[in-house]
Formats: sequence, structure tokens, C-alpha cells
Amino acid sequence: MEIIMIAITACLINNVVLSQFLGICAFLGVSQKSDSASGMGMAVTFVLTLSSLVCGVIYKFLLIPFHVEYLKTIAFILIVAALVQFVEMFTKKFVPALYEALGIYLPLITTNCAVLGVALLNVQNDYDILTGTIHGFATAIGFWLAIVILAFIREKMVYNDIPKPFKGFPIVMITSALMSIAFFGFAALK
Amino acid sequence: MSLKKDTPLERIVNGIYTENPVFCLILGMCPTLATTTSALNGVGMGLSTTIILTMAELIISLIRKIIPDRMRMPAYIVVIASFVTIVDFLMEGFTPGLYKSLGIYIPLIVVNCIIMGRAEAYAGKMKPVSAFFDGLGMGFGFTIALFLLGSVREIIGAGTWFGMKVTPASYVPVNIFVLAPGAFLVLGFLVAIMNKLKIGAGRRVGVDPALGNMCGDCANCMKLGLCSGREACDAVKEAVPSDNAVTASTTPADKKEGV
Repeated sequence: MEIIMIAITACLINNVVLSQFLGICAFLGVSQKSDSASGMGMAVTFVLTLSSLVCGVIYKFLLIPFHVEYLKTIAFILIVAALVQFVEMFTKKFVPALYEALGIYLPLITTNCAVLGVALLNVQNDYDILTGTIHGFATAIGFWLAIVILAFIREKMVYNDIPKPFKGFPIVMITSALMSIAFFGFAALK
Repeated sequence: MSLKKDTPLERIVNGIYTENPVFCLILGMCPTLATTTSALNGVGMGLSTTIILTMAELIISLIRKIIPDRMRMPAYIVVIASFVTIVDFLMEGFTPGLYKSLGIYIPLIVVNCIIMGRAEAYAGKMKPVSAFFDGLGMGFGFTIALFLLGSVREIIGAGTWFGMKVTPASYVPVNIFVLAPGAFLVLGFLVAIMNKLKIGAGRRVGVDPALGNMCGDCANCMKLGLCSGREACDAVKEAVPSDNAVTASTTPADKKEGV
């Protein structure tokens, strides 16, 4: 039951983009078209779930036994970078269809702070490996949801007459603010 | 205003005004939005990023000749992550209050697009002195932006400034400005004001004033965090006339050779 609550909290109530501000770069950068937004969401889900698992395992079985917990920032960022490379090579060779779908988004995920953020949050909140992985997966679903919704709105926004100073970045920020207010409604689920 | 390129003063002016990382380049959005709940938090985040950015740029510039080109990204990441760990410990020891309120966003400085972007675009190619001042300028630009954003949010949202009461007693604070939506809203309006000023002044020949100093499409750019500046962007556009942002963004190595 507690795991389900953690998942709902990570996905909707504490939405990774709209209330924790992680992964904003990808959220803004790849949200112009809904299909590329969906591709990015899929790639993030894949990498985030995997990286939560791997970082959890490495932290528990390598960093803690050697008492080098303070190296977690360096260790996690290298794990994420290596993992992304590895996933890219693996899917290219063995699952070409998946590579076609995710390929171009994978290198961008290394600099996605949501991935590192979730790994650090798992450690901070003392989640065990299973809870941590589910937390990572739910967070990624929340990211997917937010980026696809924004992409749909931006597709419609192209036809609107926006004042010149607000074109581009500012109007997207204001749209995100409204989405963020809407997501506050989920707080009642708690 | 025309200053000689790559001198210390020019670098600092460039970081604070011409290429302000937040208002012009739209980089480093995560800490910008997340840590500006008050002016003090914003300044704290800005200064710690400044220290890390300056030191990382200096070290990267010093070792730029011995890093093989293919290995430069991981090498940069290790340098940056080391400084982040150092600052993390220093803040935990000396400013525990600030450390607590910034929380997870201190280790996340590692993935701050500004640092990686400057390492890639500037420090990896330039002499240590220029790189040092570039880091300082960009850091100050970032700090000022965070200070502005934090001040607006704190004054409207809580009625205080650096913890001091500044609004009249009859003012009811608009709580939402301290919460998540306020961050998006205030930043959107601040950038719009910046754009308005630039359109009005009509400065910088050859650059669409509304679009800033990069290729002008930062908000829609696929390679946020790996940005190498306007020249690189133009080079990519020439190399890829179809304006295919996806192809351009996935080949940073080609892009580098093109510059």
C-alpha cells in the first residue's frame, strides 16, 4: 500500500516537472510536437527506471560497504552517462525497432536532471531497491504525462496570436504555470 | 558597447548582460525555478554555482590539451562533479540552514546545463585566464537572474525581502508566487520584459533582438546543455541546410569540427 502511495505521489502530486522542476530542459526542448514529446517520455521512462535500479544496487552493494557514500554524486552521474551509452548500443544491436523510436532522444537524457535527481532522492529518502525503482518508474510516467500535455497545448498555440515579447519561451512558461496550478488539484488524493 | 574580445572585463559584461545564461540563453532552468522561493535561496544557489563554474572552467581550460577529444565529456563531468562534492561539504559545514533549504539541488549542480555548456563552448578551447573570467561572468549573470527572480517571488508571495518585512501591513501575500506555479509565471514575465526591452532598443546588428544571442531558438532547441553558441549553431545550419534540428543535435562531434 505504501508503495502505491509513493507511486501516486511521485507521478501526480509531486510531479517531477511541474512541482519539483527537474528535467525542465527536456520538457521545454522537446515539447513542440506531440509525437516527439511522447518519444522523449518513453526514453526517459526506460532510462529512469533502469538507472534507479542500477544506482540503488551500486549504492547498496558498493558505496555503503566501502564507506564512500560521499562519492554518490560522482558515481551516479557516471553511472547514468555510462548506462545511457550502453542502452544506446544495446538497443541499436538487439532491438532496432526500439532504437528507431528512442535513438535520437537517448544522448539528451544524460543531461536530464530528473534521472540524477531521482537517484539522489532515493538515497535521501532511504528507499530500498524495489521501492526506489518503482519511485523512478512513477516519476518518469509523471514526466511523460506533463511533456505530452504541454506538447498538445503547444501544437494548438501555433495558431494563436501571441504578443511579440511573449513569443517562444515566455508563453511556454506561463502555460506551464497554469498546468502546475491544475496539478495542484491532485494534492487532494493524499 | 564594443569591448575587446576575451578580455576579463568583456567576459564579465558578456556573462551578466549580453549572454545572460538565464534571460538570453535559457540555460540552467531547473535550479532557476526550484531554488528561487526567496531572495536568499536564489543568491545562495547563484554563488555556489558561480564557485563551481569558475573553478571547473579554470581546471578544464588548464587540462584541455591533455584530454583526448573523444573522452572530453566524461572528463568534464568528473571535474565538475568533484567541485560539486567539495562545495556540498563546505555548505553542509558552514551554512547548514541554506544547505537544508537548497537540499537536493546542490548535488544537481552537476547537471546544470550552464556549466556543461560553458565547458564545452568556451573552457575547452580558451586560455585559463579567459576561461576563469568567463566562469565568473556567467556565474554573476546567473546569480543576478536568480536574485531578481527570488526577490520578485519573495516580495509578492511572502511580503518579505531577505527575511525582512517590506510590504505595508495591509498587504495580503499572494501565496502562489512562492509555490511552484509562481516560478514559471514570474520567469515567463521577466523574460518577456527582457524581450520587450531588447525589441525597443533594437540593438545588436544582425541578430533578431527578440531572439537573443544564440541561434535564437533556445526554447525549442534539442541540445540544451550542449550548446556551443551562436557561431556553432550557424555552422550547423550551413552544414544542414534542411534545418533539421534533430540531425544537428545528435552529432556534437561533427559540429565541433565544423566550427
